[in-house]
Amino acid sequence: MPPVVYKEKCKSCGKCEEVCPGDLMELAEDKKAVCRSARDCWDCMACVKACQFDAIETRIPYQLGYYPAKLIPKMRDKEIEWTCIDINGKVEKFLVKTYNK
Amino acid sequence: MPRASLPNSADKIEEVRIDTDILIIGAGNAGCFAAIEAKRLNPDLKVTLMEKAHIDRSGCLAGGMDAINTYIKKGRTIEDFVRWSRSQAGGLLREDLTITMAEVLNKPIEEWEDWGMPIKYEEDGEEYKTRGKWDITISGSEMKVILAEKTRECGCEIINRVVATNYLMDGEKVIGAIGFGVRDGKVYIIRAKATIIATGGAAGLYKPYQNDGNDSHHQLWYSPFNVGSGFAMGIRVGAEMTTFEMRWCATRTKDFNGPIDTISVGYKTPMINCKGEQILKTRYAHLGGDAAPRFIRANLPMDEWREGRGPCYVDTTNMTQEQIYDMKYDYLNERPSYVLFLAGRAQDLQKDPIEIYGSDPYIVGGHTASGYWVDVKRATTLPGLYACGDVAGGTPNKFVGGCAAEGLLSARAAVEYVTGLELANINEDQIAREKDRIFAAGFRQAIVGDGVKPREMEERLQRLMDEYAGGVHQFFRMNKEGLEYALRHIKIMKDQVKYLIASDLHELMDAHEIIDRLDVAEVLVHHLMYREETRWPGWQTRADFPEKNDEKFDCFVNSRYNPETGEVEMFTRPYEQIIPGDRLKA
Repeated sequence: MPPVVYKEKCKSCGKCEEVCPGDLMELAEDKKAVCRSARDCWDCMACVKACQFDAIETRIPYQLGYYPAKLIPKMRDKEIEWTCIDINGKVEKFLVKTYNK
Repeated sequence: MPRASLPNSADKIEEVRIDTDILIIGAGNAGCFAAIEAKRLNPDLKVTLMEKAHIDRSGCLAGGMDAINTYIKKGRTIEDFVRWSRSQAGGLLREDLTITMAEVLNKPIEEWEDWGMPIKYEEDGEEYKTRGKWDITISGSEMKVILAEKTRECGCEIINRVVATNYLMDGEKVIGAIGFGVRDGKVYIIRAKATIIATGGAAGLYKPYQNDGNDSHHQLWYSPFNVGSGFAMGIRVGAEMTTFEMRWCATRTKDFNGPIDTISVGYKTPMINCKGEQILKTRYAHLGGDAAPRFIRANLPMDEWREGRGPCYVDTTNMTQEQIYDMKYDYLNERPSYVLFLAGRAQDLQKDPIEIYGSDPYIVGGHTASGYWVDVKRATTLPGLYACGDVAGGTPNKFVGGCAAEGLLSARAAVEYVTGLELANINEDQIAREKDRIFAAGFRQAIVGDGVKPREMEERLQRLMDEYAGGVHQFFRMNKEGLEYALRHIKIMKDQVKYLIASDLHELMDAHEIIDRLDVAEVLVHHLMYREETRWPGWQTRADFPEKNDEKFDCFVNSRYNPETGEVEMFTRPYEQIIPGDRLKA
C-alpha cells in the first residue's frame, strides 16, 4: 500500500524504481523517489527492502489500520531484522532468515 | 532508468527485433524454472524471457512466501496426492496433468534450497518440518531474488519492463510475441521457434471490498499486476480454455485480505462464528469438517454472515505468546505488511481473534483449474505454444511448487519441439496492425485529448462483475439474468476501448491491462452461464441452480473464442479417471 518517501533521506539511487513490480516508483523532476499511484501498490515492500537509506516506509491506509504503526526492515547478508512498532509504541523485533548459505 | 515519452505517431515508434529459440513470456516462478530447465537441457539454445516488471520481484512471489503447500513427503505417493487434490477440487481435475506434475513436484523445491532458500527442518532429523499433509514451512522472503539470480546465471536473455500484448502468428501457429517497453516506449518483436506462456492468472476482474478510498484498491490476495494478459492473448487467437467458472475465492483476514492458512493450518486455530461455534466441526461437519474442500472453507464464513452469524474469526485466543510470535515471523516471509496491519490495530491476539472474510474472486490455474487446455507436455491447442503455472488449466492445487514443476515440463517439451525447426516468417501486416493497436490510447490522447481513462474503465468492470457476476458483495452468488446483464455491459465496454486515453507509457500499460481483463471477463461470464448447476459453492454459486447436476456437468466446461465471428463457443470435455476410488475422498 502507499509507500511514504522521506525526501530528505532519498539519495536518488533509483533502486526502488528498478524493482517495483507495479512500475509505480519513479524519480520525480527533483530526482526524489515518488509513488505515482498509492492505490495501485501491493505493499510487497520490495522498494522498502531495496532502499539502503531508510527513505521509504510502507503505511497501512488509515481506512484499514490506525496511525502511527511502523514496520522497518534492516537488510543484512543472510537475514532481515524487522522492527515493528504498534500504535501504542510497543516494539517487537524479528530476525528472519533469508539465505541458508 | 530514464523514461521515454509516448510516440505521437506510428512512424515514430522505434522497433527492437529479436530472434530466439524459446521465448518465455513472464519471468515469475514458472517462467524462471522453464528458462533454467531449457538452458540446462540444451545450453546452445537461445532462451529469452520477456518480463513486464523486473525479474527480481515480479509475479506472485514479490513479497515472499512462508510455505510450500505441495511437497510429496517420504511415505506418500503420487496416487495419494492425486486423491487429495481431486477431493479438494470437488472431484474435478485433469488426472493425467496432476500425475505428470506430481512426478517432478519436489525437484524445484529441493533445487531452490540448494540455491539458498531456507526450509525448516524437524528438530530431530533430516525431514522437512511438516505444517499440514502436503505443506512444508520455508523462510521465503527473498526466494524470488534467489531464483532470479539463478536464472541470470543460466545464461538466458532477460528483457525487463516489456508488456506482451499479442502473439505473433503464422496461421494457427504461434511464432513469438510482440509487446512494448513500458520504460523505453519501443516495440519488441520477438520471433521464436517455441513460445511458453507463464504470465500468471487474473486479478482485478472483480471489485475488492477493501476498495473504499484511494489507497486500498490493490489490497488483494493475488499479485494485482497479474491481470490475465496470457489468457487474453490466447483467447484473441482462438486458444481453447477450460474451467474459468471455477473461480478462486479465498477465506482471508478481514480488511487486510491476508493469508489464513498460515494461522488455521500452521497453528491449528479453529474457525468460529460470532456465537463462538466451531463451524467446521458443527454446522459444516457433513461437508468434511476440518478436512472440507477449500471451496467449502472459503464459502462458509460468508454463509455465516448471510445467515446472521457473522462476523467470523479464526480463534487465536488459545495461542501461546510464542506461537503468536512465530506466526508473525511466518507472515514476515509472505505478507510482511500484515504484521504492520496488526500493529495498526494494536491487536492482542490472545484477546481479540483474527476476523475472516471472503476475498474478491480470481481466475488462477495454480489454485483452481482455470486456464489454457493443455496436454501432458503442457502444449496448448495452438501449435508452438506451451503454458505453465497459473495460466495453465486443468490442475488445481499446484501452488508454488506445482507452478515451478510445470515450468520444467513446458521447457522439456519446448526444447524437444524446437529441435530441427526453422524460424517462421513474420507477417508485416500483423506487426503494423498491432503497433496501431498498442499505441491507440496514446494517439487518442495526443489527437483528441478526451476520452476514457484506463482507471475509469477498470473500476466500471470491477463494479459490474462484483454486482452481476457473483462478487464478494453478492456473497459470490449469481443467476442467469445477472450474468446476461454483465455480458451486455462487457460488450459495450469492449466497443468503448477505442475511447481509451493514455498520457504516458505507464498509463498505456494500464490501458492494455483493462483491454485484457475485458477479454478474460467475457469468457469467464460465458463459463459461469454455461454451468447451470452449483458445483463449488462460493467459487461457483448459481442461485438459480443451487444443486449439483452430475448427469450434465460432471465434465470440463471449455471455450474457444472464434476470432472470425467474435463469438465465444462453449462445449464440454469428458472427465477421465485414472486413479481409482471415490473422487470426493482423499
